[in-house]
Amino acid sequence: MQHAIGHGHSQGADSHSHDHGHHDQESMKVLGFWIFLVTDCLLFGTLFATYVVLKAHTDGGPTGKELFEIPGFVAETFILLTSSFTSGLAVLAMNKKKVGQLIGWLIVTVLLGASFVGLEINEFVNMVHEGATISTSAFLTAFFVLVGTHGLHVSVGLVWMIALMIQLKMRGVTPVTKRKITVISLYWHFLDVVWIFLFTIVYLMGVM
Amino acid sequence: MYASIKSFASSFFVTGDPLIYGADVSIGLTSIAILFVLFYFKKWGWLWREWLTTVDHKKIGMMYLIASLLMLFRGGVDALLMRAQLAMPNVHFLQAEHYNEVFTTHGTIMILFMAMPMMFGLFNMVVPLQIGARDVAYPYLNAVSFWLFFFGAMLFNISFVIGGSPDAGWLSYPPLSEMSGSPGVGQNFYIWGIQISGIGSLATGINFIVTILKMRAPGMKLMKMPMFTWSVFSSSIIIIFAFPILTVTLALLFIDRFLGGHLFTMDGGGNPMMYVNLIWMWGHPEVYIVVLPAFGIFSEIVATFSRKRIFGYKSMVFALMSISILSFFTWVHHFFTMGAGADVNVFFAIATMAIGIPTGAKVFNWLFTMFRGRIRLEQPMLWTLAFIPCFVVGGATGVMLAVAPADYQYHNSYFLIAHFHQVLIGGVVFGYLAGIYYWWPKLFGFKLNDRLGKWAFWLWNIGFYVCFMPQYALGFMGMTRRVYTYGWDMGWGPLNLVSTIGAFLMGIGFVFQVWQILYSVKYGERDTTGDPWDGRTLEWSIPSPPPMYNFAVVPHAGERDSFWEEKERRNFAPAPPVPVAQLESIHMPKNSGVPFVFSACWFVAGFGFVFGWLWMAILGMVGVGVTLLIRSFQYDTDYYVPVEEVRETEVAAGRAV
Repeated sequence: MQHAIGHGHSQGADSHSHDHGHHDQESMKVLGFWIFLVTDCLLFGTLFATYVVLKAHTDGGPTGKELFEIPGFVAETFILLTSSFTSGLAVLAMNKKKVGQLIGWLIVTVLLGASFVGLEINEFVNMVHEGATISTSAFLTAFFVLVGTHGLHVSVGLVWMIALMIQLKMRGVTPVTKRKITVISLYWHFLDVVWIFLFTIVYLMGVM
Repeated sequence: MYASIKSFASSFFVTGDPLIYGADVSIGLTSIAILFVLFYFKKWGWLWREWLTTVDHKKIGMMYLIASLLMLFRGGVDALLMRAQLAMPNVHFLQAEHYNEVFTTHGTIMILFMAMPMMFGLFNMVVPLQIGARDVAYPYLNAVSFWLFFFGAMLFNISFVIGGSPDAGWLSYPPLSEMSGSPGVGQNFYIWGIQISGIGSLATGINFIVTILKMRAPGMKLMKMPMFTWSVFSSSIIIIFAFPILTVTLALLFIDRFLGGHLFTMDGGGNPMMYVNLIWMWGHPEVYIVVLPAFGIFSEIVATFSRKRIFGYKSMVFALMSISILSFFTWVHHFFTMGAGADVNVFFAIATMAIGIPTGAKVFNWLFTMFRGRIRLEQPMLWTLAFIPCFVVGGATGVMLAVAPADYQYHNSYFLIAHFHQVLIGGVVFGYLAGIYYWWPKLFGFKLNDRLGKWAFWLWNIGFYVCFMPQYALGFMGMTRRVYTYGWDMGWGPLNLVSTIGAFLMGIGFVFQVWQILYSVKYGERDTTGDPWDGRTLEWSIPSPPPMYNFAVVPHAGERDSFWEEKERRNFAPAPPVPVAQLESIHMPKNSGVPFVFSACWFVAGFGFVFGWLWMAILGMVGVGVTLLIRSFQYDTDYYVPVEEVRETEVAAGRAV
């Protein structure tokens, strides 16, 4: 995959040096993904800034205190944090080369992630039924965009994770699939960290 | 049925203006001509195999270059239309709405669809060669970036004949750009055209950071890298920090327009100034994104054509990196008049002036490099010499604008227009043109004709001063930007006429350059040595044009200007050929059609969003998802160039025995 290698191969490119080349290539992709996460961090940073600026601009409409339901977002938090833990267990299983366990923990992670998304959709639907839509006030637009962008990230992660499970089933743990699992677990933990900020800044400070 | 088609077509296609009909006809004829050539000469397979699916950084660079020159033409025509309209008082060549569209598309195209791709073209054509790599870190992603840019630019440009152009200024401030002020689809074209190409720009930033960090030839420590590579590195760092802000800002504007949000509206608690702050948090760093690589180009050219090492290498690196940090702390100087208060304005005024310090250090370093050098006035050097005084004046007027209290007078006047054109043309355009002249022989194997190039050079330079010096004065006389006409009583007529003459001189300069390229394809001086300028860095150590894998043997670069040092060690005798036994098979990425299809799906989705046709937007987004998954399931993505092929190529080039 995209091997424009910066270092010379040993004579004849035997299997060992080939593996070595792969290793380099895969670690370079993980580095690239870290930089992507930097950019994603800025994306969320910008959305947070917008939310904080517009938080009080409710235009006479409902406020966060009236809308946010504590059991709902606490449940979402615990589910997402647990899924981050299970994705960590998946990586541990991968390091032990146990494909079955790895896929098993990924399935648990996907189920937890899906229930998180389900709860969030449920929360949004309830809010809309109460008349708090994206076009009600600047506060609500900023809220739906910020929380919705996170939810969209989680949903994309779910599809991606399912695709990777199929690839694991087909190919087992190779340097390439290993890198892919490393990358998605980075992504998953990152979304978890973002959620902690959402939980604090949007929900906790909203109901306080 | 006929009536409904007719009513759809009359709102779908732009109608009414003879200029538009002229454009329709010429677009139609050009498309038919291209299709005819492709069918007649049976070039479809060639186009697909060699260009549309390529992941070779050199070819991607060339495509960027061609696209950016086409965009320079369109943005230039916009500029000439504006200057024709303003040449004299009370002209009615363009209507007010049409003028608004023209200045909007001029600015957007010149920055996002001309300067950015020209810069990425140079990144691609030069950086891997300069650091001794066989491609960038992620060649596939590189192709994705190019095609996203391409389809984003297409989406933006078709607004000219379909649906209507955006007309709320190049940064589309709300509330004018909201549904209340711009109910048409023009703003949607603006948002999606930039959004799609912006994702590609972000990916390119990541790609080149990793390329420079991880793909350098053995021995090339960071502080031994060529200056252009350093400038690309600093520019890429700004890209990854600035472009996410642009992505979010445009998405938020679209949410206001499409879903009825209230982020930047006047009602519902929205705050338009939030948009202005956000867009400039990207917009100001953006000008450094485009100018830093130009600084890098000048550094290479000055050293080569003075036959000296660059003066003050470490201070050059320090200047680049400090500019890339400072560029994030100046955005408020674009709207001191917002009323943020004296304390805030003072902070941003001082930060802005502080950027003058590293920039000034660079100017002195270029001058000291030339001092007692053996200067050769080849074309790249001419543009470099023209750049220095031009940029110094542009920088000085920039410091004038940074004085916050005085800015209340200059704000949005022609003084500002003259200032930023002076730094963007004098800095960025001169820099990229110098870079194109410099590296053209490397990529294409022949030099660009000197005589025609000098005509172009003088027309551009004289035209520049004739066009923009009067605008400083017009600014002081009270002429504000974006006025589409003015009365006889204002006294602005003579200077505007002079300015228009200058603009057309630059236009003629561009025509000379097109002629120069076409002429040189046939008659240009061929470069058989691979080192036509007596260069100093690794790209000149390989043949022109380079073989597909660039370096048959990965070079060792243990010092700055390592190719120059090597030439000195062998007393400028020809490099000894490599024994064929030392050559090996080379690991390279396979071509892929997925980037093209993926980006085309984005185009479909973008078009659907522009017109609010959800079925089409969803279809496009499904295509985006499916192409991503297809790529995820591809594992056979690379191959080895057989050693026989490497040997044949190298022996044919006379570089191996």
